[in-house]
Amino acid sequence: MGNVSSIIFQRLLLGLVTLLIVSIVIFVAVNLLPGDFAELILGQGATPEAVSTIRRDLGLDQPLIVRYMQWLGGIATGDLGTSFAQLNFKTNLGGAGDVGVIDQILPRLSNTMFLALVTAAIAVPLAVTLGVLAALFRNTVFDRVANVATLSSISSPEFFMAYVLILFLAVLNPILPSLSNIFEGMSFTERLEKSMLPALTLTLVVTAHMMRMTRAAIINLLASPYIEMARLKGMSPMRVIVKHALPNALAPIINVIALNLAYLVTGVVVVEVVFVYPGIGQLFVDSVKIRDIPVVQACCLIFAAAYILLNLTADILSILSNPRLRHPK
Amino acid sequence: MSQFSRRGLLKTGVAAGVLGLTGLPLRAQTRGGKLTAGLGGANTSDSWDSRTHSDIFMIASCHGTVFDCLTEVAADGSLTGELAESWEASADAKTWTFNLRQGVTFHNGKAFGADDVIESLMMHVGEESKSAAKPIVESIADMKKMGEHQVQFTLASGNADFPYLMSDYHIAMYPAGMIEEAIQNGIGTGLYSVVSFDPGVRFVGRRVDDHYKGDTAGFFDEVEYIAINDNTARMNALMTGQVDTINRIDFKTEALLKANPNLRIQEVTGNQHYSFPMLTDSAPYNDVNVRRALKYGVNRQELVDKILLGHGAVGNDTPIGPANQYYAADMEQLEYDPDKSKFYLKEAGLDSIDIDLSASNAAFEGAVDAAQLMQASMSAGGINLNVVQEPSDGYWSNVWLKKPFCACYWSGRATEDWMFATAYEEGVPWNDSQWDSGDSARFQELLLSARAELDSDKRREQYTEMQQILRDDGGTLVPMFANYVQAVNNRIVSPDTVGNLWQMDNARMAERWSAA
Repeated sequence: MGNVSSIIFQRLLLGLVTLLIVSIVIFVAVNLLPGDFAELILGQGATPEAVSTIRRDLGLDQPLIVRYMQWLGGIATGDLGTSFAQLNFKTNLGGAGDVGVIDQILPRLSNTMFLALVTAAIAVPLAVTLGVLAALFRNTVFDRVANVATLSSISSPEFFMAYVLILFLAVLNPILPSLSNIFEGMSFTERLEKSMLPALTLTLVVTAHMMRMTRAAIINLLASPYIEMARLKGMSPMRVIVKHALPNALAPIINVIALNLAYLVTGVVVVEVVFVYPGIGQLFVDSVKIRDIPVVQACCLIFAAAYILLNLTADILSILSNPRLRHPK
Repeated sequence: MSQFSRRGLLKTGVAAGVLGLTGLPLRAQTRGGKLTAGLGGANTSDSWDSRTHSDIFMIASCHGTVFDCLTEVAADGSLTGELAESWEASADAKTWTFNLRQGVTFHNGKAFGADDVIESLMMHVGEESKSAAKPIVESIADMKKMGEHQVQFTLASGNADFPYLMSDYHIAMYPAGMIEEAIQNGIGTGLYSVVSFDPGVRFVGRRVDDHYKGDTAGFFDEVEYIAINDNTARMNALMTGQVDTINRIDFKTEALLKANPNLRIQEVTGNQHYSFPMLTDSAPYNDVNVRRALKYGVNRQELVDKILLGHGAVGNDTPIGPANQYYAADMEQLEYDPDKSKFYLKEAGLDSIDIDLSASNAAFEGAVDAAQLMQASMSAGGINLNVVQEPSDGYWSNVWLKKPFCACYWSGRATEDWMFATAYEEGVPWNDSQWDSGDSARFQELLLSARAELDSDKRREQYTEMQQILRDDGGTLVPMFANYVQAVNNRIVSPDTVGNLWQMDNARMAERWSAA
């Protein structure tokens, strides 16, 4: 097992390097956005003096490289900075009331994680079951229907799926609320009910990928001699697939599940806006709109970290699930 | 009784019957219930700092619900006292004495008095101030506390509209000595106190017991404003009954709202206008004949029909709208007339003219389309308009006030003087047509004299003349006034007269509406 921990360590290190490179890309890209916070917050009232006052207060008049180093230094010490909006009020007030980006992001991030977990709890079992069944009944009507249905749901844009679900489940048959404005102090069941429509939308979006991968991985194995052996022993097809084929197909399935989970954290922006779900995606859109760079950067960094971590987990899990990789010759 | 016709009697009878059936009370509004509103215009950067407010979510939450101003513009446009009970001016309109309401307390129990007024106003001035109300407060030369409940303002120059200016939603009253705390927690004197506030997400307020406004306002036990910036999500929330009312309905799906018997649409024409300012100090717009040619080249009705989908009114190239006191409603309307365009071009010594119009949807939704419609209508009069599509980002700093002819919008102001002083007075920073005494000395002269004039009839004459000058010679095209359109569920009762100064009954639905 020493082998595995050294692999994990190696991967973690690589992940950190990737994160550093990503941070440079994020910083440069965000700062290349046209327009800036001062101009956008002032809108029509953006007189040159007011703009330069705000820029000076926020340190936007410093050169890019200095700002990057300051930002990086902050991250290293766990300080993601203070949002421009907050800083702007602070100077209005002359002190008081320091809410860091981290305090702004955390409640939103936990909302998004909640939505991702609910979605995963629905989507992963559904996709794997569908995939196994599709492999079992391959080339039958069931297989075709499952394929067409999931593929068409992944092919249409998320907001379209969202509106279709709203139409059928909220407007025509008012079963679920179209407004997912969850807030602190809500009971778990209430929260679950409110998050159901966005979770279902996301389920529709991520299921196809996972299901197709499960199906393909299993079918791939069905041609192997050991499966034939199992079949010759007189096992039922279901047992052959679940007991014999699935464990060996786990690695690619885990990979695709991890990728989709990462997507659930990072790709929910549109869905959150449509359902008015107070997650990190909505915060991200709001912040981009007013060019609140510290918040945008922190969100991007969290998205990148989520991707890197989940990919890492996928790698490690697929190694663990495959004895051949665990004991390399 | 001669006007008592059979038809009229039938109509009233039917109306009364309908009201009886739907259960809408005719007059009496009762306490109780909850108002849930889905409002656009919210942002994560929102706070209880009234100096930074610019959109409906915070305007409604702050000055419409949790905080109060000194004065209030009633739904019919008249001015009433809010925290001020009465006020009087000296003959030159320079010295104003405000008598404050007694027995008013902030939500934290502190009594309201003259110190609070002075300190709240001081928030807006100073070198570092970014307040949008800075020019208003800067016009006050001196503030004096005359007693616990009396304040005297001495203005730098006479201003008959001063009490109106005190109704500005930026100038909310905060408790003296604890303004920072009040901004953090939302401590005002309003009808509702803050239960929870999550910027860009949600605001919940609970009705204050024993409020000074008594039983005639603030009928709900609780109000909840939910931030829904997405148009479709807002419409859905209303259609599925999850919210009682929404602002800014989507005109494209308006028919769906109308088909729903539980909903009603409130529509008012106010002062919000879409404009196309030209810089009158640069060629060719320095020639009044060119400006006139352009005025006759705009098909205003077409713009109202196609850009606002009928939800608006044609403008007459003045920024004074139906929500203003001295709006010249019967002034002759500028009509589309290509022949007159040609005539004025001839006067300017031209056969045809090539001009650029800078537009972006940052100015207003549909600005680029409007510019293209104008391009088509003007070509008949010999004006070759070239539409330059500008990027939305930085539009207000790079295009507006800089490009000689561009698209713009104004939400309008409660008083004529306020509007003119913001954008039509010589030398003010937002004078987007560079309109000065070189263009019309008479206009600038009238502006000053009307400002200090306390006699209402004389002011009406002066403001009418000013509107005429702008219509005939002005440097800004104001082809249309855009309506405020909101939708309300019939669970909620609202008075017949709906305010037209801001959206949502002047953002005061928590105060004026009630549960059915």
